[in-house]
Amino acid sequence: MAKELMKGNVAVAEAALRGGMDFFAGYPITPSTETLEYLSYRMDEIGRKGRFIQAENEISAINMVMGASSAGARAMTASSGPGISLKAEGFSYAARYSLPYVCLNVQRWGNGLGSLDSGQADYFRDVKGSGQGDYHRIVYAPADIQELIDSAYEAWEAAERYRIGVCIFSEAFLGQMMEAVEMPDFKKRKEPLDWGIDGTGTKGLKYLPGSGPHISAFNAEKYAKVEAEMQRWESIQTEDAEYIFVAFGLPSRVCKDAVTRLRAEGDKAGIIRPKLIWPYPWKAFEEVKAVNPHVKGFISIETNDLGQMVEDVALAAKRAGLDVPVYCYAHGPGTPGVRRVMEKYQAVTSGEEKERF
Amino acid sequence: MTITKTKPAKTGYHNLCPGCGHGVIVRLIAEVFEELGVEKEAVVLGVGCSCTATPAFGAMDRFQAAHGRGTATATAIKRCRPEITLFTYQGDGDAYVIGLSETVNAAYRNENFVAVVINNNNFGMTGGQMSWTTMPGQVTETSIHGRDCGYTGEPFHLPEIISEIRGFHPAYVARGAVYDVKSINQTKKMLKNAFQAQLNNEGFSLVEILSPCPTNWHMTPLQCKEHIEDEIVKEYPLGELKVRKGEEG
Repeated sequence: MAKELMKGNVAVAEAALRGGMDFFAGYPITPSTETLEYLSYRMDEIGRKGRFIQAENEISAINMVMGASSAGARAMTASSGPGISLKAEGFSYAARYSLPYVCLNVQRWGNGLGSLDSGQADYFRDVKGSGQGDYHRIVYAPADIQELIDSAYEAWEAAERYRIGVCIFSEAFLGQMMEAVEMPDFKKRKEPLDWGIDGTGTKGLKYLPGSGPHISAFNAEKYAKVEAEMQRWESIQTEDAEYIFVAFGLPSRVCKDAVTRLRAEGDKAGIIRPKLIWPYPWKAFEEVKAVNPHVKGFISIETNDLGQMVEDVALAAKRAGLDVPVYCYAHGPGTPGVRRVMEKYQAVTSGEEKERF
Repeated sequence: MTITKTKPAKTGYHNLCPGCGHGVIVRLIAEVFEELGVEKEAVVLGVGCSCTATPAFGAMDRFQAAHGRGTATATAIKRCRPEITLFTYQGDGDAYVIGLSETVNAAYRNENFVAVVINNNNFGMTGGQMSWTTMPGQVTETSIHGRDCGYTGEPFHLPEIISEIRGFHPAYVARGAVYDVKSINQTKKMLKNAFQAQLNNEGFSLVEILSPCPTNWHMTPLQCKEHIEDEIVKEYPLGELKVRKGEEG
């Protein structure tokens, strides 16, 4: 199939439809609005009219998504920054009922209203669960629009396999830019669900009722299984690297260029790029431990203010038995340039940059 | 004459306080379903005493929605499964206070399901706090000297709002009660109208039902009956506020 030029927010919507999405509820918010706009007519075009709802607010949108999911639909919502915070209670309810759904977060940067700058400031919120209680969601962290498409296309199988929520962790720049991509064919759910509200009262939601230790055990087992099966990452030149960048999404593309240029200058740089940020790919760090005795440290590159993923980098290094310092460059809004990332690498190697952990 | 007690097949039991109206209301809904020949049904429950009533819905498909969000959840269930006869079952605090936006917007879009709202003038499950429907001067846990409408606003009338405001076109809106045989029979007719409207794809229906709350009103069931009859129905008149098309006048 020929490649076509598509905008991130539109491509992810079309890919979700092709993956079987048959219900969408959302509310306008920059920089995710094109997803809502596109689906408002596209769902009509492909015979899913009435299953698109422009909701009165973000809270309603996620509660609609839960209702649709409970009735067997492949349901999705999309938002950004403050809109996702409003949905967080719903994520927790969905976790309690083991309802699968997909939520696209086209991240903006900043606290409160934030700004329309691109960023990765929602890492803690989206990776650690967001709402009340203990739960996780599968969090895809695509670095280009093709990966955005592939994530949305695959999301439903993952969501239904584990009966878990899926977050697609996009970024303002990724949603707004265009790239040449290949769109997969329409597909349908292979096996009918063995649960769901159909009016007969015979199946229902089939979630574990009650409270107490049996729920705790169920949750522990469920999330451990996802953690074991869904770690995904890309490692580049980590076998002999002295310092390894850890970055996801758009900053990871900058870090790849930085690795190429640092290598050309004789610096032994490498990169681990998590493709999913929950479950976090701690196996990538175990691989480094197994093959690379020369590694001297990890540098987390993030587009937020305080550094958030760096904590998971440090934990993954510890888990792998790598007793090396972990550094962080929190760039703030936008995406850092290659030179800036290289400067940070050099500040680390020269001892000028202080370690975080 | 022999009177045989029968129970609608799909109802269960409940754990509500003696003298509460919920049990009667659930039974009325189940009876209406049997009389209308409804085979596929589901309930979206609110949070409050309405979830204590959950087991009463017995064998029906159900979804325990987040507090206030029942009509949003129900909107999507009905859009995805139009063949299901669907209703929300919420208290006044759930549907009119925290969930006001969702209730008004479901009515505004004229979603094709029935909203059943049990109005007992207070937040019952949390121990009797003031609701928007609390009567002027009524003593609650958050209005210990009696509701002071100068600070809190007046008693709230959502059925009147969605029946009378331009741009709202619900199929059917009514207010019933369950304090005596007459009001119970009248309420059953209202519920039947509302569900018939849904079966005919006429759109959104709201049936508010005044229900006694002996525990939080600090009254005996008999005193509750008299209180509704003498006081509450003056503030919240019973009857049909919006009749179905073709049945006007």
